[in-house]
Amino acid sequence: MYKIVAAKELAPKIKLFEIYAPEMAEKAKPGQFIMVVVGEKGERVPLTIAGYDAKKGTIAFAFNEVGKSTKQLGLLKEGDYIWNITGPLGNPSEIRNFGKVLCVAGGVMIAPMLLQVKALREAGNTVVTVIGARIKELLFYREEIKALSHSFYVATDDGSEGYKGLDFLKEILAKENFDRCIAMGPVSMLKTVSEITKPLKIPTIVTLMPPMVDGMGMCGVCRVSVGGKMMFGCVDGPEFDGHLVDYEELVKRQRMLLPEERLSSVLWELGGCGCGRK
Amino acid sequence: MAESKPKPKVKKEAVPIPKQPPEVRRRNFNEVALGYTEEQALEEANRCLQCIKPQCVKGCPVEIDIPAFIKLLREGKYEEGIRKIKEKNSLPAICGRVCPQEEQCQKFCVLGKVGDPVSIGRLERFLADWERARGFTNPEKAPPTGKKVAIIGAGPAGLTAAADLAKLGHKVVIFEALHLPGGVLVYGIPEFRLPKSIVQAEVDYIKKLGVEFKLGYLIGRTYTIPELLKERGFDAVFIGTGAGLPQFLGVPGENLGGIYSASEFLIRVNLMKAYAFPDYDTPIRVGRHVAVIGGGNVAMDSARSALRLGAEQVCIVYRRTREELPAREEEIENAEEEGIICKFLAAPKRFIGDEKGWVKQMECIAMELGPPDESGRRRPIPIKGSEFLMDTDTVIIAIGRTPNPIIQRTTEGLEVTEWGTIVADENGKTSLEGVYAGGDIVTGEATVISAMGAGKRAARAIHEYLMSKK
Repeated sequence: MYKIVAAKELAPKIKLFEIYAPEMAEKAKPGQFIMVVVGEKGERVPLTIAGYDAKKGTIAFAFNEVGKSTKQLGLLKEGDYIWNITGPLGNPSEIRNFGKVLCVAGGVMIAPMLLQVKALREAGNTVVTVIGARIKELLFYREEIKALSHSFYVATDDGSEGYKGLDFLKEILAKENFDRCIAMGPVSMLKTVSEITKPLKIPTIVTLMPPMVDGMGMCGVCRVSVGGKMMFGCVDGPEFDGHLVDYEELVKRQRMLLPEERLSSVLWELGGCGCGRK
Repeated sequence: MAESKPKPKVKKEAVPIPKQPPEVRRRNFNEVALGYTEEQALEEANRCLQCIKPQCVKGCPVEIDIPAFIKLLREGKYEEGIRKIKEKNSLPAICGRVCPQEEQCQKFCVLGKVGDPVSIGRLERFLADWERARGFTNPEKAPPTGKKVAIIGAGPAGLTAAADLAKLGHKVVIFEALHLPGGVLVYGIPEFRLPKSIVQAEVDYIKKLGVEFKLGYLIGRTYTIPELLKERGFDAVFIGTGAGLPQFLGVPGENLGGIYSASEFLIRVNLMKAYAFPDYDTPIRVGRHVAVIGGGNVAMDSARSALRLGAEQVCIVYRRTREELPAREEEIENAEEEGIICKFLAAPKRFIGDEKGWVKQMECIAMELGPPDESGRRRPIPIKGSEFLMDTDTVIIAIGRTPNPIIQRTTEGLEVTEWGTIVADENGKTSLEGVYAGGDIVTGEATVISAMGAGKRAARAIHEYLMSKK
């Protein structure tokens, strides 16, 4: 059981939890993830670590309330307990002085990006950050990330704040040279960013969160094709060379059990299917 | 007592174990074999000849005094009988169900020469179930030694080592990476073969011995072995991390939807209880035509689980013939009774998907058997031009599991083979002082009981090591 010591809403349906887990706090590094099991009947949900504090003994993670498990998680409050958390898992990010780094984060993944930006700054990089979301209401951490970045941009799918879409990246990249690009967000965003940086040969690292069950290399659900090779998101990743990932396949694999996930979520919200059984 | 003497005429046939009828059990997850009644157990126990030089014990990886426990059973001394078993085996309810007795103790039973060997496993199960129904008594323990042992992995090897070390008076902490203890007993073996309540009861027994379980700790990430020894106050470590990594075929189309590794399929169904979805949150989708690739126990477990999840037809595709199937005969028969069909001498070449990226067909190639390979089994050789298509919307790949690699990658100085297993002697001693290993992580994928035997030997060696150390 892990205690929630702080719970905060970052944007509608996006929450950040701080958990008391001193052993994890001591070990966590940027880029790693945890597996969260809300209750005894719960799924194992992979979530990227968005913060850690060894002194306070806490780790933080953000999540989007989309399915049953994350919605259930969202009902928990400060002082409540989470049934089980395993972590840190996955390989930590490579953090060193690359020179000039472009960081692009979308949606809930803006939260762990803050950790990356911090670490990259501390390693002496020049950091240019872009945060994005579907609509402006879903953006968060504007000030926090801006304060840590040398330049800062905002983009939304509908243009309600900042640039509309990510096409403006091409202009930035045409003007300035970058040594590395780090992208965290939905697969469609990772794909777009990778397509933009590929002709310019900017090494691009994407964080993949494919579906997982155990998160430790046992199930193989998270297999992704990277440069034609089968890789496991959990133990070979979660970061991969963005120019080599087969995104089409990844999207299809993410949608594999979507009908079941929707059913589960709907039934839970309705309190059962009406047949009397819960 | 009169019964303890061999009767002049011994029945050649073993007392059959009552089972759920195939047409019923193929649609539920309840246990298939129901276990002997007291009457049946006594009748079967009376078949034992009480050999002066018992051969059966030689076949038992944990050296249970089999004639002695059977004698106690038939004298009605169930309490003493189960205690006799537990001298050597802390998990009898599990072993009585999943041990391949036909390859071990029962293989050596002299009755086997004239008829059926004594059903040792079923008798073991009878006593274990009797004890569980009555409630466990508190086990005896040696006084505390002040030594602390870390066990990595709460599977058969780790649980056995933990129980033995705790009985010897050591403080034992088990680190389990998953959120439930049991290892392959909970994530691998299905409910209908080994009910999880039984695993839980055995785990509770080990907890009663004072063993502490830490769940959700992946050693190598949360702590490394050197950290456990140097910073966390442990005097010795036992590695029982098992072989859980899935192997894939490496053929085109393997990442299509509907293609599961057996590990994924069984983890979803067993550990996460996907068969009770949506009551439990983890889903699984099983289509109408399921193909299971492989012929071991894991393949049988997967096939029978798929059937229970509603598949119309489940076909095992194996590249050799029925004779070479590595699964237990009992499980093959159970599967056949339930209506699982087998396609022998065939192997997949590629998978073909629909427009949504879901598998719809599998191209196979026919095989013929050539001369024996290094495993002693006849090598399957593809027949040129024999490709054929099979309709399938769910594929489960059950061609073996490899050792979990994280410990090997994060423990400097730990000697490892080229197959990724840890190098250890017969007592589990590795290349590092105070570090022992046993089970599938040393041998590669094997049986529950061989892992338990390894856990047992390692516990003995760890005890000697701890007591010789100042």
